[in-house]
Amino acid sequence: MTMLDERPSEEANPELERKAERAESWRGFFTALPTYLYLVVFFVLPLIIITVISFAERSRTGKPVLGEWTLDWWIKLGDPLVRSVVFRSVWLAFLNTLLSLLLGYPFAYWIATRKSALMRNFLLVLVLIPFWSNFLVRTYAWRTLLDSNGLVTKVGEMTGLWGKMLFTEPAVFLGLLYGYLPFMVLPLYAAIEHLDWNLVEAARDLYADARKAFIKVTLPLSKPGIIAGSILVFIPSLGAYVTPDLLGGSKTTLLGNYIVTQFKSGRNWPFGAALSVTILAIMMVATIIYFRKGGKTL
Amino acid sequence: MTAAVSIRGVTKRFGTDVTAVDNVTLDIVDGEFFSLLGPSGCGKTTMLRMIAGLEFPTEGSIQIFGEELALRPPNKRPVNTVFQSYALFPHMNVEKNVAFGLEMRKVDKAVIKEQVADAIEAVHLKGMEKRKPSQLSGGQQQRVALARALVNRPKVLLLDEPLGALDLKLRQAMQIELKDIQSEVGITFIYVTHDQEEALTMSNRIGVMNFGNLLQVGTPEEIYERPVNRFVADFIGETNFIDGTVADDGRIRIAGGALVYARGDAPAGADVTLTLRPEKIWIHSRGAADLDPERNQLPGKITRRLYYGESIYYEIELEDGTLVDARHENIPSLQRRDVGDEVTITFHRQAAEALVS
Ligand SMILES: Nc1ncnc2c1ncn2[C@@H]1O[C@H](COP(=O)(O)OP(=O)(O)O)[C@@H](O)[C@H]1O
Ligand SMILES: [Mg+2]
Repeated sequence: MTMLDERPSEEANPELERKAERAESWRGFFTALPTYLYLVVFFVLPLIIITVISFAERSRTGKPVLGEWTLDWWIKLGDPLVRSVVFRSVWLAFLNTLLSLLLGYPFAYWIATRKSALMRNFLLVLVLIPFWSNFLVRTYAWRTLLDSNGLVTKVGEMTGLWGKMLFTEPAVFLGLLYGYLPFMVLPLYAAIEHLDWNLVEAARDLYADARKAFIKVTLPLSKPGIIAGSILVFIPSLGAYVTPDLLGGSKTTLLGNYIVTQFKSGRNWPFGAALSVTILAIMMVATIIYFRKGGKTL
Repeated sequence: MTAAVSIRGVTKRFGTDVTAVDNVTLDIVDGEFFSLLGPSGCGKTTMLRMIAGLEFPTEGSIQIFGEELALRPPNKRPVNTVFQSYALFPHMNVEKNVAFGLEMRKVDKAVIKEQVADAIEAVHLKGMEKRKPSQLSGGQQQRVALARALVNRPKVLLLDEPLGALDLKLRQAMQIELKDIQSEVGITFIYVTHDQEEALTMSNRIGVMNFGNLLQVGTPEEIYERPVNRFVADFIGETNFIDGTVADDGRIRIAGGALVYARGDAPAGADVTLTLRPEKIWIHSRGAADLDPERNQLPGKITRRLYYGESIYYEIELEDGTLVDARHENIPSLQRRDVGDEVTITFHRQAAEALVS
């Protein structure tokens, strides 16, 4: 307000404009300050701390001994056992992202193309309903379903297609898919809902059949949703803890559980820290590559 | 002459209560510039979309060069559309946009390259091949949309208010350019607009629509000079409406009792409305001696004068209180009138059209 009042006339006044711009940027800074502070205190600082810890020797109880430095924990990442845990985690997260996309896209497309807004909202609520109860509780429910007497197991035995899945990798995979599918559906829905259908009609008018129009227009234009959904599924899948802990067995340890083990029974905080930094790096690299690749064609 | 597009009894209903197009029958001649004109919501876009195949008629038949294709999907029709909002693909550059149709038809790569380059040059966008639609102005986007459609050499080009989003100067320039392109390529254009001036200046023929009905089809002159009903007369240009009844001798008795000649074939005793364009009315001083007896004469009084620069509008109150507008070219030989002047207005016997009300 004051800036405007100071202006003598409508004419451009470079000095005043610069001042206004500066004030604007300061205002922006102050608005964002609480968030900056929050991120620094609860994200950047802990990150620095665990990075430092990952280079420290450990005491008998597993706590880091600051002042004695070593690269052991980073070298230990190359152990076959550790490598297989990392590989399995990345693979499962990737597979889960892919399957979520394959299942989520048609579903999101279907919701987004319902004519009645009431119907669309109703279907979206259905997607969100699982969130009304605790994730842990829902994962326990899966445990019951997948156990020897569980419904899923019974159906599998009756049809002869599968047996008891609990404590196996498929169980973990099923749990992850179930848990994170909504995170794929929602951004996809948003992207498809915002699509300019005129463009699809233009493609049809220009001799594209329905399939070609989808591949050439609908799919590339829903890319923002595909990227957002994939990241929202990949990252939590990679760091999953509850799902593999409850549904997986000792042979299906994933990174999340492995890290927790280091801090608890493994009594090796520094190694846990090194693993944590690693998982973060994988997520960041994957995200950046994905954004870059998507960004080019957008 | 061949009918490029032959529309027979086409009706389009949305749900049970919206009839967007109501039993339209129409032939569009090969090579003509045909405009569908009407107010917003009258069903022009729906009619166009049915020709494009983006909407299927509820009833009726649509033939293009004798081939029935009312229910054929859009990609299997020899027509292309320039959409109202251009609908350029935002993720493709100009070149890719223009090449889209040819690529979909699996035309040879080298041929595509050549034809796309030609099309881009034809709409004066050379050098902008690699730009995305978002990096172009409205007028340039419009040209891309045009090139993208024309490069396919459709038998009929459909244009849905293509100039609607442009400002006046650019619109006028594009009108001329579009007209030139049309006569150059010789393709039948079906042009949707709600702008009557645009339709008059650009078209070979015009179809006037309202509430889903096709009211009149004719050349711009026929539509303007011989409107078939009050709506058409009112929608195209400006006009005066004067109520009256047909007298026994065929003349029209207007309120106040005066008898005038008009065109029309309403029977004696019928209630009619005269439509009389402002520019067809001459104003004379009351009692002037040299009045042409072949022209209708009505006494009146100037009640308002509006100066438009190139022309002057006079509002004249007739003896029975009816108000009519007259338009005079602003040329020195025409005497200026002032508010309050007692005058006699005259108009040719063929100038007014008697519409059955
Ligand atoms: N998809 C649709 N669903 C329901 N009503 C529609 C649809 N498309 C058009 N209409 C209706 O049909 C009528 C004609 O629309 P339109 O053809 O777009 O008119 P115009 O192009 O002349 O402005 C309008 O009343 C409009 O609301
Ligand atoms: Mg329209």
